[in-house]
Amino acid sequence: MITLPEVLSLAALLFCISVAGIFLNRKNVLILLMCVELMLLSVNMNFIAFSHFLGDIHGQVFVFFILTVAAAESAIGLAILVVLFRKKNTINIDDLGSMKG
Amino acid sequence: MNADLILVLPEITLFTLACVVLLVEAYSKDPLHLLTYWITQVTLLITIVLVLKACPEDPMFAFNNGFISDGMSSILKAFICGITFIVFLYSYEYLKEHQSLKGEYFVLGLFAVLGMMIMASAYSLLSIYLGLELLSLSLYAMVAMQRNSETASEAAMKYFILGALASGMLLYGISMIYGLTGHLELGKIAEAVSDDSINHSYLVFGMIFLIIGTAFKLGAAPFHMWVPDVYQGAPTSVTLFISTAPKLAAFAMAMRLLVDGLFPLVADWQSILMVLAVLSMGVGNIIAIAQTNIKRMLAYSTIAHVGFLFLGLIAGTATGFSGSMFYIISYALMSMGAFGMIILLGRNGFEAEMLNDFKGLSERSPWFAFIMLCLMFSMAGVPPFLGFWSKWFVLKELVTSGFVSLAAIAVVFSIIGAYFYLRIVKLMYFDKAESMTAVKASKQMRMVLSVNGLLILLLGLAPNALMSICLSAIAG
Repeated sequence: MITLPEVLSLAALLFCISVAGIFLNRKNVLILLMCVELMLLSVNMNFIAFSHFLGDIHGQVFVFFILTVAAAESAIGLAILVVLFRKKNTINIDDLGSMKG
Repeated sequence: MNADLILVLPEITLFTLACVVLLVEAYSKDPLHLLTYWITQVTLLITIVLVLKACPEDPMFAFNNGFISDGMSSILKAFICGITFIVFLYSYEYLKEHQSLKGEYFVLGLFAVLGMMIMASAYSLLSIYLGLELLSLSLYAMVAMQRNSETASEAAMKYFILGALASGMLLYGISMIYGLTGHLELGKIAEAVSDDSINHSYLVFGMIFLIIGTAFKLGAAPFHMWVPDVYQGAPTSVTLFISTAPKLAAFAMAMRLLVDGLFPLVADWQSILMVLAVLSMGVGNIIAIAQTNIKRMLAYSTIAHVGFLFLGLIAGTATGFSGSMFYIISYALMSMGAFGMIILLGRNGFEAEMLNDFKGLSERSPWFAFIMLCLMFSMAGVPPFLGFWSKWFVLKELVTSGFVSLAAIAVVFSIIGAYFYLRIVKLMYFDKAESMTAVKASKQMRMVLSVNGLLILLLGLAPNALMSICLSAIAG
């Protein structure tokens, strides 16, 4: 039987990987988008685990909303990425530094 | 069920009319988008009327307590719609002048307003999250809307990534709080937190994530990295929008989470907010001095003002919260005027976004130099302008609650901050203009901007009217 702390640890691990991915990755904007998705999924895992062990349905309903919003969010993220690529011809993060100060 | 729908009537009306605007826009061939623009403005006015008419004496709940209508939500919603009305008026001028007029700007703006209204009225973690996302997603798209601008798309990308990171943090905090208390509704969370059966350090762990998410959205240091880039890169009309109404919504979100939901943990969040407040005031006021771009300078000034906003929350009393509310409303009015001035001085293909563009404004247009003087004095906190009173109320409450040293730090930082506001006044009045092009803008733009500036002065002469509104909002 899997216990609550085990699931929470896994979710926390995934969350840490995604945050680390956002801050350490210096190459590609697409990877950032993937990290954002991973982050939301790790939160979903938290919600489902809590919902299951508390015997409360609200957590699972919340997950559906997060999934929907995540889909809308990645659509907008990719749209911005396309605009950026058309203008700059690169999606390298190091080239995103034209504003300084 | 019927009572529920009546309570959300302003939101439903706004949503329906936003869809009408979208349809009208889809079939309109008018290059000036006049019909879209006017329906949008009328929508906002109707919403204000409905909000004020529905303002209840006691808090009323709807949709299984997911939605609350009380004094604070009604007043914030009315201000959000009113401020957006003026923002759209300025934006229309800007978009027309820069030939980037698109009807979608107003549609996205209306949906953002809907998100803000939901945030102001949210009483469950789920509705807070959904309101926030509706606001954020609209704003990302608005920043990216000027597709031929390299800086705008870059700013949109940065805003998107950091905003998504902030939502992720907030969600993680929400999931922890949900898991510990077993509830999503703020009132029940407050009950569950106040009895001691839940491990205190776990609760604080969840709360820290909630605060990080809120601080990101407000743009408080050390979570402020996106603010300068987005303010500078986005088209001025969008910067104007981002820097005004969403701040009121973010304040509402902070109030709901920290005061309605987690008030039993007040001692813990006070100490966290103290760190954020001092860092924000420090970073904002000091780095702003080094800026040459006025949009970027105002971004750092936002960060500093958010620090001040936290001071009222730290006071931890109802009057302190009203002080914060007064602060954020007056900040939104000042920021609206300041970005309005940048729009006023701009022309087709030219943005008056460098400090040097304000050189010798008193020769070119003495009246608007005076308006800008009012705005800058107010932001610096010079009496008798509105900005002085907002700082005064917050600091007074802070001292009453016994945080004297924190108040002293705040005063020192705002004196440092006065330097860069007064530098603009010096540029306008004591420097020679680089070019003597006259200020050309439509009559309505001039009129509204003048009213905006004079309002700062008039409200500063009689601050008690606005303050009593804020007091009744929090108490009621």
